[in-house]
Amino acid sequence: MSENNGNLLTVNDLRTYFQTEDGVVKAVDGISFELKKGETLGIVGESGSGKSVSNLSVMRLIPEPPGKIVSGDILFDGIDVRRLSDEEVRNIRGKRIAMIFQDPMTSLNPFLKISTQLMEVTQIHLGHSREQAYDHALEMLRKVNIPAPEKRIDGYPHEFSGGMRQRVMIAMALSCEPELLIADEPTTALDVTIQAQILELIKGLRTELGTSVILITHDLGVVAGMTDKIIVMYAGKIFESAPTKELFAKPANPYTKGLLKSVPDPAHEHGEPLYQIPGLPPDVANLPPGCPFAERCDRAEEICEREFPPFVQINENHHSLCHFAKEVHASSGGE
Amino acid sequence: MTETNGNALIKLEDLRVYYDLGGGGFFDKITGGSGERRIVKAVDGVSFDILKGETLGLVGESGCGKSTLGKALLRLTEITGGRAMYSGKDIAHLSDREMREQRKNLQMIFQDPYASLNPRMTVGNIIGEPIRTFKLAEGDAVEKKVAETMEIVGLSRRFIKRYPHEFSGGQRQRIGIARALAVDPEFIVADEPISALDVSIQAQIMNLMEDLQTEKHLTYLFISHDLRAVRHVSDRVAVMYLGEIVELAEGKSIYEEPLHPYSKALISAVPVPDPEIEEKRERIILEGDVPSPINPPSGCHFHTRCQYAIPECRKVEPKLVQIKPRHYAACIRISPEQPRIEDVAEV
Repeated sequence: MSENNGNLLTVNDLRTYFQTEDGVVKAVDGISFELKKGETLGIVGESGSGKSVSNLSVMRLIPEPPGKIVSGDILFDGIDVRRLSDEEVRNIRGKRIAMIFQDPMTSLNPFLKISTQLMEVTQIHLGHSREQAYDHALEMLRKVNIPAPEKRIDGYPHEFSGGMRQRVMIAMALSCEPELLIADEPTTALDVTIQAQILELIKGLRTELGTSVILITHDLGVVAGMTDKIIVMYAGKIFESAPTKELFAKPANPYTKGLLKSVPDPAHEHGEPLYQIPGLPPDVANLPPGCPFAERCDRAEEICEREFPPFVQINENHHSLCHFAKEVHASSGGE
Repeated sequence: MTETNGNALIKLEDLRVYYDLGGGGFFDKITGGSGERRIVKAVDGVSFDILKGETLGLVGESGCGKSTLGKALLRLTEITGGRAMYSGKDIAHLSDREMREQRKNLQMIFQDPYASLNPRMTVGNIIGEPIRTFKLAEGDAVEKKVAETMEIVGLSRRFIKRYPHEFSGGQRQRIGIARALAVDPEFIVADEPISALDVSIQAQIMNLMEDLQTEKHLTYLFISHDLRAVRHVSDRVAVMYLGEIVELAEGKSIYEEPLHPYSKALISAVPVPDPEIEEKRERIILEGDVPSPINPPSGCHFHTRCQYAIPECRKVEPKLVQIKPRHYAACIRISPEQPRIEDVAEV
């Protein structure tokens, strides 16, 4: 792992476990992915799939205990993130890697003015003076299309709407022109028209600043229009990874296929039953020995319950965790 | 469907729900308030029918009044004015006792399956309570009815003694549905029934609701901000903006040819899970946020964000009129002769 092959981020066999009363929860269990400069990666999964934990691990934000990065490599621009001291991590976090979260209300400090919160970032990371930081904060608010920023800059978070708060979060995250932006369900708490505004904003800034983006979401519609490639997670594992167009056109995993089919398609006639994945997401503390999706899978055979599936390579960039990955891939498409 | 079944189960006429937030008094003025009395017009003159056996979808963004409208139909909030007719009776003017009787016919499914179930009651008691309240069964027959209802919604009757925390989100929503079904209602208001659930579970709950509708001849008002889900379950769809219905039509026509500028923007904002389509499509991005429902904009409430607005839109309150067969919209710039807003010159 000495070379980074033009990759900004390389995650290799990452395992993050949590010690709970019910036993060890393998929230992230052996995931690997790469992200090139300027690329956007989508991570899709349901609650408990490990999509957020994997990125908190990259940011070294896992609360320890109960959590722990048990093994694996996280290389950011050639730097081994796991070996950095807390001090060194803080120098990267917020400056070279920034993150925006689902709920902009809980991620802004309600007692501090927006200006103070925005200025703090550049004062710490870029050594700005107060005046420089204030001007920079104003410019950032303008960049994220906050109307009348010179009036709003000294307001408090509660004076902003949900969409505006998310803009402030984005302004803060992009203040130091980070190389990597991790957006964890950035639009889930927002209305669709505001979601469209925020996604357009992220797209525009990505083009302007050349930032790489990891977009974590449960919404397949959001990743379809935003990403270059996608990882589908389930029970702490990567179930499928592929370039975006290929994943939608020819999925090679029954879980991905099920997810795609269970999204209502506006073109479908009313009255047709919607495809549904039966059963419930698994209890990650008590996973069966075989494939964690086997009991909900319509393709499952006896081997699936017995043996953990292999991570099958379909082509250069397309992998699927399934005993029947090649068959599933071959039968996909044209549906 | 509209043409095969013309009888209305619910008939709303100029329904209004206002909340008076006070203000405008002495203290408001000395504390630097606007000096105006602040009134939230959550539902502001809504008229439409819900036909027997249909699902009417109600979509809109947060704060548009869709949940308040749902609650008003069950009189879980006071109705300020107008009429809400259910089988010949005006819900707005029933006595509390008469209303309680009607709740047997009118039920609700809530968004949050965590907050809407009493954590100290067993599933058996949660579903059994309405049966006992309305004296639909007594003694052992209650438990029998509970067990039957549980199986209808896909819960094993073995769980009857369990508590809500022992269930997942999707299962809890099934409990909520069972509680609503236990009294054999005619009409159910489902307020964001799938929003709190995972994608793979959403499909299960939508299919369950559709099966139950066919089996028990239910009528639904399906309230959601998820336009894809609403399109899937609804026969007709109403679009709401700041307390008013701006468009009402069959699901297919509203998604394929929305007429009102707000519906157009709303539908174009929904991401499509298909990268090829996403690459090509053009979005209508609305400027700014939804204005505050406290003293909303005059005239057409949408004029502040509408690219087609003319000075008149600030004054005239548009009425919901038929633009095409069975397709209604509230916009003064379109008419049956001129249904496409794009053909109207931009200002």
